[in-house]
Amino acid sequence: MPINVKSAGFATSIQDLGRPGYYHLGIPIGGAMDRFALRCANILVGNDEGAAGLECAFMGPELEFETDCVIAVTGAELPPKLDGEVQPTWTALPVKAGQVLTFDYLRAGARAYIAISGGIDVPEALGSRSTYAIGALGGIEGRPVQNGDALPIGKPATATAGRTIPDSLRRSIEAPAELRVVPGLYWHRITDTSGDRFFDETWKVAPEADRMGYRFAGGSPLDFVEREAPFGAGSDPSNITDACYPYGSIQVPSGAEPIILHRDAVSGGGYFMLGTVISADMDLIGQLPPNAEARFVRVNMQTALAARQQRADRLNAVRALFA
Amino acid sequence: MTARFSFGADEHIFVEVSEDMSLEAFFTSLSMTNAVRDANIPGITEICPANASFQIKFNPDQIHPDDLMTELKRLEQTAQQAEPVLNTRIIEIPVLYQDPWTHETLMRFRERHQDPDSTDIEYAARINGYDTVADFIEAHSGAPWFVSMVGFVSGLPFLYQMVDRDRQIQVPKYLRPRTDTPKLTVGYGGCFSCIYSVRGAGGYQMFGITPMPIYDPEQKIGYLQDFMVFFRPGDIVKWKPIDRAEYDDCVAQVEAGTYQPRIREVVFSLDEFNSDIDATNARLMEALNAD
Repeated sequence: MPINVKSAGFATSIQDLGRPGYYHLGIPIGGAMDRFALRCANILVGNDEGAAGLECAFMGPELEFETDCVIAVTGAELPPKLDGEVQPTWTALPVKAGQVLTFDYLRAGARAYIAISGGIDVPEALGSRSTYAIGALGGIEGRPVQNGDALPIGKPATATAGRTIPDSLRRSIEAPAELRVVPGLYWHRITDTSGDRFFDETWKVAPEADRMGYRFAGGSPLDFVEREAPFGAGSDPSNITDACYPYGSIQVPSGAEPIILHRDAVSGGGYFMLGTVISADMDLIGQLPPNAEARFVRVNMQTALAARQQRADRLNAVRALFA
Repeated sequence: MTARFSFGADEHIFVEVSEDMSLEAFFTSLSMTNAVRDANIPGITEICPANASFQIKFNPDQIHPDDLMTELKRLEQTAQQAEPVLNTRIIEIPVLYQDPWTHETLMRFRERHQDPDSTDIEYAARINGYDTVADFIEAHSGAPWFVSMVGFVSGLPFLYQMVDRDRQIQVPKYLRPRTDTPKLTVGYGGCFSCIYSVRGAGGYQMFGITPMPIYDPEQKIGYLQDFMVFFRPGDIVKWKPIDRAEYDDCVAQVEAGTYQPRIREVVFSLDEFNSDIDATNARLMEALNAD
């Protein structure tokens, strides 16, 4: 028995943990921008951590349930309401057939994740149910969720109503958000002064911020080191011979506004990159709404690996709660 | 050529074979990525060859970044001994140059262009020293092209012109990228041609459109049933200029499921190409046109 989408919200899409293995063909890994939040939502409702759920940007959908199930809402602080009654986030909520889920306004963060016991059971495309809208792949017919869709639900495993994840294990978002960056790639293209300034200044998330990439504004333009343009690169000082882009890499077209590539990244292109956001901070980017303040913090590999370990430890602590 | 290695934080290693584009740089990148694949190093999750560089994505929980870096640098030596020879295919791609759809789009984004008073192809012809657009089309479609990268989005091929460097077409990208490009636009930026596999944003100049789909997520089109992406690095392409009637006919064949691209198996040797470009291209064309 499906879930009926009465209203899709703003940019609601079906996401799981993505489809690795096709980036060399320009098909990105995709999946939940905030991996930790999706995993937690699935753990709460007793699903595999990689089951498909809904990613909702800035506002929630209105969903009508045709079957009893358990749901959980994590990630952004977007309070769910069942038949109009406000419910806690980061908590397994029992839902009866016929009930309607709506949402209050966004209090903090940017993207909420809705997991449903049994998971959303659309067909897999290249091993994943994640919606990659640019390539019309995954989800429902390769597109975000629309009004009137019926979401097929898989078979639930165990009853888990009442599970909750304590505040201490949820990630808080500070202002300005601190995004840790390992300088590299084409870092040598900018002057030392410019590089220092990039890390000193406070930036703001620009309106062009989506699953492909996050643009930042408000800082100073970069100064480039003089060079003779390499053959094939193009004449702008920010051009390179088209190359692969790492997830989390920071490109700065014409030296003006940095763009961090995210889960639906373009796999390559002709702009220099000055470094890469560490894997532990990728989830956080997905929780920054437009105009949120952010600072870039210079770190080395050792710090990146330590942060990655801390992130893994926190997930393990959540797993241990319900093991 | 000595490669430059850099970490892309804790999950990527980026390797630039050369700042400049060349087929030598492509072959070095290709043989290095082949060596990495053959080495079966645990922890590597993606191997992405590009024009003159490549990228490895890895799981640092399985292999320490420093250890993988050491391993990759060691493989650089193995790769340098590889012979630059490819068993590949040559494909004929029909192109309707100066089509109405890219024309409508380029007119909408004129204020983002270097030369708002001419079309993209008129501009490209002029700055490359061609008297007429017809001469430019002849140059663009005269010699074959080498697919030196697949990516950006959904199987988009970057193509490198197989002529002497002084004859290679070069065109800057738009001043500011467009928010729209028709699906299957034949584009140009830097020294690369491309085919936009899907509709979307883009910064390359727009010269025409092909009726031949190169990406089909539903895998309904006959020649895309085995895999949804048509191109792979190392493919060789020959553009075939067509008129509107031929274009409409191709589209009808694609829709009817009867369209078959002309594809022939060929061997490409970089040494042969470098010693005689025209003779190599003539041999490739002979293979393409053989029945």
